[in-house]
Amino acid sequence: MAKYILKRVLMAVITLFIVICLTFFLMNAIPGNPWLSEKTPSQATIDALNEKYGLDQPVIVQLGKYLGNILQGEFGDSIKMQKDRPVLDIITTMFPISAKIGIIAIVWAILVGVPLGCLAAYKRGTWVDSLLRVICTIGISMPGFVVATILLQIFTGGIEGFKILPTVFDGSWQSYVLPCAALGFYPMCYLSRQTRTAMLDSINQEYIKTARAKGLRNKKIIFKHALRNALIPVITYLGPQIAFTLCGGFVVEQVFSIPGLGRYFVQSIQSRDYPIIMGTTIFLAAFIIVMNLVVDLLYKLVDPRINLSKGGN
Amino acid sequence: MAEKRKKVLGSLQPDIEDILDWNKLPEDAFQPASAEEKESFIQDRKSVSYWKDAWRRLRRNKVAMVAMVIVILLGLFAFVGPLIVPYSYDEVIPGANNLHPWHYSLEDQEELAAAQDPEMAIELARAEAEAEGRELSRIEEAQIRAQVKSGGDVDELRAELGIKPKLFGYTNDELQRIADGEFVFPHVFGCDMQGRDIMVRTMIGTRVSMIVGICCALIVLVIGAIYGSISGYCGGKVDAVMQRIVEIIYTIPEVLIILLLGATLKPILENFQNSGDGFLQNMVTILGPNLIAIFIAFGLLYWVTMSRIIRGQILQLKQQEYVTAARALGAKGGRIIKRHLLPNCVGQIVTTTFLQIPSAIFTESFLSFLGMGVSAPMTSLGSMCSDGLSGLQSYPYRLFIPAIILSILILCLNLFGDGLRDALDPRLKK
Amino acid sequence: MEEKQKTGKLLEVKDLHVSFFTPAGEVKAVGGISYDLNYDEVMGIVGESGSGKSVEAYSIIGLLQSPGKVVGGSITLEGEDVLAKSKEEMIDLRGNKVAMIFQNPMTCLNPVYTIGNQLIEALKAHDKKVSKEEAAKRAMEMLELVGINNVEKRMKQYPHELSGGMRQRVMIAMGLICHPQLLIADEPTTALDVTIQAQILELMKELQKKTHMGIIFITHNLGVVAEICDKVSVMYAGKMVEQGPVDDIFYKPGHPYTMGLLRSMPRVDAESYERLIPIEGTPVDMLNPPEGCPFAPRCEYAMKICLQKMPPYVELGDNHRSACWLRVQEQMAKEKAGQADTKPAQETENKEAGDHE
Repeated sequence: MAKYILKRVLMAVITLFIVICLTFFLMNAIPGNPWLSEKTPSQATIDALNEKYGLDQPVIVQLGKYLGNILQGEFGDSIKMQKDRPVLDIITTMFPISAKIGIIAIVWAILVGVPLGCLAAYKRGTWVDSLLRVICTIGISMPGFVVATILLQIFTGGIEGFKILPTVFDGSWQSYVLPCAALGFYPMCYLSRQTRTAMLDSINQEYIKTARAKGLRNKKIIFKHALRNALIPVITYLGPQIAFTLCGGFVVEQVFSIPGLGRYFVQSIQSRDYPIIMGTTIFLAAFIIVMNLVVDLLYKLVDPRINLSKGGN
Repeated sequence: MAEKRKKVLGSLQPDIEDILDWNKLPEDAFQPASAEEKESFIQDRKSVSYWKDAWRRLRRNKVAMVAMVIVILLGLFAFVGPLIVPYSYDEVIPGANNLHPWHYSLEDQEELAAAQDPEMAIELARAEAEAEGRELSRIEEAQIRAQVKSGGDVDELRAELGIKPKLFGYTNDELQRIADGEFVFPHVFGCDMQGRDIMVRTMIGTRVSMIVGICCALIVLVIGAIYGSISGYCGGKVDAVMQRIVEIIYTIPEVLIILLLGATLKPILENFQNSGDGFLQNMVTILGPNLIAIFIAFGLLYWVTMSRIIRGQILQLKQQEYVTAARALGAKGGRIIKRHLLPNCVGQIVTTTFLQIPSAIFTESFLSFLGMGVSAPMTSLGSMCSDGLSGLQSYPYRLFIPAIILSILILCLNLFGDGLRDALDPRLKK
Repeated sequence: MEEKQKTGKLLEVKDLHVSFFTPAGEVKAVGGISYDLNYDEVMGIVGESGSGKSVEAYSIIGLLQSPGKVVGGSITLEGEDVLAKSKEEMIDLRGNKVAMIFQNPMTCLNPVYTIGNQLIEALKAHDKKVSKEEAAKRAMEMLELVGINNVEKRMKQYPHELSGGMRQRVMIAMGLICHPQLLIADEPTTALDVTIQAQILELMKELQKKTHMGIIFITHNLGVVAEICDKVSVMYAGKMVEQGPVDDIFYKPGHPYTMGLLRSMPRVDAESYERLIPIEGTPVDMLNPPEGCPFAPRCEYAMKICLQKMPPYVELGDNHRSACWLRVQEQMAKEKAGQADTKPAQETENKEAGDHE
């Protein structure tokens, strides 16, 4: 197990390193200077800036310096959006809102999606199954902004009697309802579909035949024998879903005008505030990679086939 | 039939009647049967080819067939539609800014204007009074003036006057031309803020989305298939290294990378665009940096799943004897992959490739919505939604028309893909 | 539960027909088979893959999955009609009166629950009143009975921590925990190593002596049949082609298919120059079963009549009967010669059986 964890952590570090390098080289490849604004600074200024930021040194040295800075939490300062404000400061003030919405969304998606998937598998072939399948297929076919704008239109706009939720995001719990609902809808449907497939797969296994031959009741077979086995693959889908939900947050924050990191990130891309783009990309990538790692390890813990005492594979 | 068999087989003792029956057997009954007779005994079922069988199953799947029809209709809408509609996606129609997808006839508009304008109302009343042979008093005039001013709301006024909107949008100019007997193609979905026909834009947007989906699926197919088959076929150390690479790519958050690529490639490509007038430069101009970023990202990151599937298939097939036989006959690696391995995992490849299309459309719309998609004035469904968001309260259809078409497109592609999987997956073949 | 020695018929299967209704048409997996099984008796069902032997067993225990359906015949267990039972009654029956163990012990135990959990669950399904401690005690006794040592530790282990043979022992313990009258063993040794196979067979024989239950032993291995069974049914393409006491089947086979099976079986006492003779050809298409004897196309003795009509059963000895036109021919010859019609024609029998003796 320790070996496995070590291997996974190493992989995560390599992944993060690759993301950082990619970010770095892409930024370096941008013609002109990363801090170039509308009016071109004089050559003297550029030289001074180059020297100040060490851009006159070879690329490898720059990369090493950059890595060192990141390790110290030094992401540089914003050059446009909020001039000279440290990027890390921006991230730490804005990320909590995004994280809060993301976590609530993914939690409700799991709490609703998995049981619905079980229900569909348990009632397979009936109208309940068909209905759930229709809803979930529609759910995974609607991009986040469609869901978000439909909710926005229903609850804060057009239809009378539904105007129960605030139009503007003000940090109150009511203003979290719609963004979280919109953000969690896709993962909910996705998890529900995956759970159903995993359940049906599990139901076709031989140990279910054994359980039936033992004379167990149907409910017990489904909810004891099939479910536990079905949940193991479902956990593996969680990692990518967390990443997806976090990035889906960009859109939802845009639609509901939430002052979160996602919306800010998109704005920084549009206004080409490179230090923010770099900092945020690396920060979010690190977050997603760590979450993936956690889910991966969780998966190994849930599956008893992995021997904890010996080195697993 | 069943009755007869029951007698013959079910009984524990040989049936006396049957024994009597045996005596009536033909003379040659106990002659040895010839090989041909044995041969003809087995009625071979017509062997159904894989594709025929798959097509039969697909045809039976009603949901998939309906989805297919809708996708085809949307394809016609996207590719044939712009040929029929006489507007182009970037054509600004004079006077059509913010045109609704409905219109009021010229007469109704006049009536409304009259109801809104006190002077006109007074004039009308005066004419009425004149017809009655009297003059309009000052007091009456003032009354009318007050009345008109108080009934300020246009919608209420329309309801009062019984003016109903008519289908499709026309500018006043176009209405005049219709009145003059000319045929004017209607703006079915209205026009946007700059006066561009929304229906044409939707068609073009759908077209862009579809093309992006198909191109991305092909990129994923080619790279995934090559990588997966090499990794699976070579095995050993090569496989181990290639799989580590896949594992790493698997954990890279793709959306972030696409956004990053989009942001950084833009200035790079713009620079490249201005550097000359070659074929590549023109390509870049046509596609726009963001689309290229999407394609690059798909080429870099999205093929992992495909390569894993193909590798798994190939590892499985590698054990099969016909591959050993081919190798024993001296076939080279590339030939074995091409002639023996790929045809056997074609079902899964087709399904995975197909399901990549809706997923790519999904991603593209996400990026376009964030303003990272195709460059203006070109449009895609995602960027139309993004444009529509600002006017959501007054022009909800600007967002919902492309949003609904996008959702239906992805939904139908998903449904058809599911049907395709069920039809092609040999594991489900019973 | 009380081990009073019962005698007489435990199970009676009469003219059982089972069909699978596939999109391509009706597949007659079992086309009318009949047999009896007494208490304390072991019957082997032999046949190649797809001959319908497992399907037949599943219909006894009510585990037939759709699109499979019993379309005719009857199954009577201890005087009760199994096919007439409701779903609830079938659940009570399974594991309690009739237990089943399967081919692959690797996949038949749930990987995420401990052995103890799965054993106790089997007991509790039919005995709601039993306490946890009592159930655990019974489970451990059962494990000891099937020859597993260190039971306390085993109870807490997961299936993947046990070897294949050990898992099959657990499966047997799980089947026997409610003291069933009938045990259906669906190729219980096929997935195991040869040495483990012998151990498991030994164990089953021993347990059968102790518990006096009836066993239906499904296999394609005639060697296993010789080891454990009292009588044998040979199935081919959903039909029972021969049935009889184990010695009769081995020494006086009446059906060319049985003979073929015997010839294709490796034997310890075979001379070095003797070769195994496989049965040529493949089984018939079950979607369009032919009118005559299904084995005819592969049969070296095939006659014209074989291709036209399914042969009736001919009694060849005590409880030994076979469905083959060759035997019918002999019988008719004997009748003509005015001999008694119950004695099989010894001469040809010896000649044919001689091939493998």
